[in-house]
Amino acid sequence: MTAPPAEAPAAPPPDVDDPLAGAPHERQPGVAGALREVALGLIGPLLAILTALIVGALIIVFTDPTTLEAWGSFFSAPGTALADSWDLIATSYRALFDSSLGSQRALARTLVQSTPLILVGLSVALAFKAGMFNIGGAGQLIVGAMAAAWIGITFDLPQVVHLPLALVAGVIGGAVWGGIVGFLKARTGAHEVITSIMLNFVALRLLDYALSTDTFRRPGRSDPISPEMPASVRLPEPIDSFRVHLGFLLALLVAWGAWWLLQRTTIGFRMRAVGANPHAARYAGMGVAATTVLSMGIAGGLAGLGGTTILLGSTPRLTGGFFASVGFDAIALALLGRASPIGVVGAGLLFGALQAGSTGMQAQTSTPIDIIFVIQALIILFVAAPAIVRTVWRVKETRLGAGQRFSAGWGAQ
Amino acid sequence: MTSVTTAPAPRDDVVEDTGARRHALTVAGLCFLAGVAAILLFGLTATSDQVSTLLMNPRGVDTIPDVELPTQIAAFVLGFGAIALGVRALQVVDPKITVFFGGALGLFALALVIWAARDGTGAFYGLIAGSVQRATPIALGAIAGLLCERTGVINIAIEGMMLAAAFGAAITASATGSLWIGLLCGILTGALFGAIHAVISIRYEVDQIVGGTFINIFALGLTSYLTVRVLVEYSHLNQPGTFRPFEIPLLVEIPFLGPLLFSQNVFGFVMFGLVAFLAWALFNTRWGLRVRSVGEHPRAADTVGISVHFIRYRNVILGGMVAGIGGAWFTLGSAGRFDQNMTNGKGFIALAAMIFGRWHPVGALIAALIFGFSEQLNDYLALLDTPIPSEFLLMAPYVVTIVVVAGLVGRPRVPAANGQVYRSGG
Repeated sequence: MTAPPAEAPAAPPPDVDDPLAGAPHERQPGVAGALREVALGLIGPLLAILTALIVGALIIVFTDPTTLEAWGSFFSAPGTALADSWDLIATSYRALFDSSLGSQRALARTLVQSTPLILVGLSVALAFKAGMFNIGGAGQLIVGAMAAAWIGITFDLPQVVHLPLALVAGVIGGAVWGGIVGFLKARTGAHEVITSIMLNFVALRLLDYALSTDTFRRPGRSDPISPEMPASVRLPEPIDSFRVHLGFLLALLVAWGAWWLLQRTTIGFRMRAVGANPHAARYAGMGVAATTVLSMGIAGGLAGLGGTTILLGSTPRLTGGFFASVGFDAIALALLGRASPIGVVGAGLLFGALQAGSTGMQAQTSTPIDIIFVIQALIILFVAAPAIVRTVWRVKETRLGAGQRFSAGWGAQ
Repeated sequence: MTSVTTAPAPRDDVVEDTGARRHALTVAGLCFLAGVAAILLFGLTATSDQVSTLLMNPRGVDTIPDVELPTQIAAFVLGFGAIALGVRALQVVDPKITVFFGGALGLFALALVIWAARDGTGAFYGLIAGSVQRATPIALGAIAGLLCERTGVINIAIEGMMLAAAFGAAITASATGSLWIGLLCGILTGALFGAIHAVISIRYEVDQIVGGTFINIFALGLTSYLTVRVLVEYSHLNQPGTFRPFEIPLLVEIPFLGPLLFSQNVFGFVMFGLVAFLAWALFNTRWGLRVRSVGEHPRAADTVGISVHFIRYRNVILGGMVAGIGGAWFTLGSAGRFDQNMTNGKGFIALAAMIFGRWHPVGALIAALIFGFSEQLNDYLALLDTPIPSEFLLMAPYVVTIVVVAGLVGRPRVPAANGQVYRSGG
């Protein structure tokens, strides 16, 4: 990862003070200046999201059979085609909005959905800061959740002990899985993208195997599903009418903790220094290898915690696919959030809303859930390639940051 | 003066030597491990009166006799064979020493295959033929990857390219009723995704791993969306049928290898053909030299008048086309229909095979065969009721790849400019 160029004002506030972010750019004094910074920083991501939603809308329109028929008779009745298309987009996106933010229940669903996304997104972001592309969130969250599930199933303890123990186990499980990646990179130079992709699949098979053993499989069942987690490890929902579990609060706290770690501690400084330039960091006397292992361990732990909040929150049973696509969504939202903790929280909330809303959208309209993944993929693209967005919207270069580079090639160490 | 020029030489030798020495020790150790494991796990658990029967012919053919082996003796012989390879690895100084490890692993696998068939019959021909079948899309994907990466463009999007092509091939083959048009469209879909990858990584200079991630998620999302949106309602668009295997006369008469290699559908032949062609073309043609020079040292290539961007665009699109053939295998060569996420990680196994095969077509094929074998071994063992959890065999390709990239058995040499943006005149 090279430092973003000087004209990049896209980083949210915590990054503005980043000593490693390259040459300082022009800043205006006062509150107005600060607000301007934030607003400018948001333009890029917001335009990326808008563009992705528009492309998504086009895909929805041009794959809907009835609307396509209307377009077939476009020249005889152009109004119908346009009205039909508009109706389809409006109802789809309204349903998406209604079932993510439209009611208290919908909002609760959004917050619950975004909890693991934020945590795993922080994992990816933290690794980015330390110069590594953690594509292994999926594997780390699986191993973390498996460790937590083991604690949940095996022991019978009061909640004050049991829940924290399960959470810690989740962190440790993920940290071990991430730590392996860091260790292999530090010790042998093996590229973290390759090893973490491979470890994702190893974790997946490990989960399949675990669910075929008596330890994890629900008694009396032959299909791969664990017993339900006991109440003593479930994340409590403190407000009766607002069904959000404590995991969400935990995710926000962890996000703050990640910011504090990166910006206010020596370890965080080392991580960013190694990420910005490992050679300079080594020259400055920092232990690059130890920092690499530590960074990946922490990143893995965050992902493990994310997996654990899925298990102890919304889907209290371990299955072969309990984690859905969180591991890969996390990469998208870490990019969208520019790898800063506050950005990740914002992006996590957005993706949580998209995912919570997509279920309602599929139920109310005929638009399948999967359009969300298309939109998320497009967001990745438009955030990573601001030049495309610039071309589409005719925005001047200086207003949007240049693209970020997060990883070196396979061969580089 | 002379002391200055000659002084560094011996030091280099020493460094080289200890490195090679440690490498030899690791390989030898792993060979010993494989041998001892074969003896302990298979030799000692079998009894002296057990006999393994291995079927050597495809069903309905009877060209060579089936093999009957005394289980215990066979396991001991193979185990000691692996140990002998380890001893030999210590004696020869050869950078290709890793081959010894491969050999020892092969002997271990053979011991497992024979042991599993003790007091029974193992479908040995079926195991090998199935491995070749399963290796086909993996090898095609690996070739797609190495075509890109040899020019310095990282491609982790093989999975997405194959998935998109599988969909495109299925839907057009169903709509037109022609498998060949379906295959063509699969190739074009692959080319389109290759072109997208090329544009975002070359023109827009997006981090190539981010670009690959985009393509993977985009292809999965789009094909899943279209499956629910279109294929569920119009199921006649998802009945492409499959290519029938055909035989090459005369060659198919060769015992064992004949039906194995010369009776396949179009994908098998294309795969072997591409491996052979690329193994020659990459290292013996002007095209191959240009490709490799761009991947190793784009600045130098540019200096002698090679258009780095043109070569990269062309190869990434070619890679997409090969991935398209691999993708079409899933629908037109195997399943006969499209299912959501049907590539199911095969693209990443292909990535692993490319790395394991050290960016060489033949290496990629060998890796694909090994990975295909470890998948097919599940079916073989399941038929014989062997108590080895299939999950661990399915893990093998990934673990082996980690071992390889960690340099435990000799670090692969990556194209030097892999993943780096090139700007001419900069």
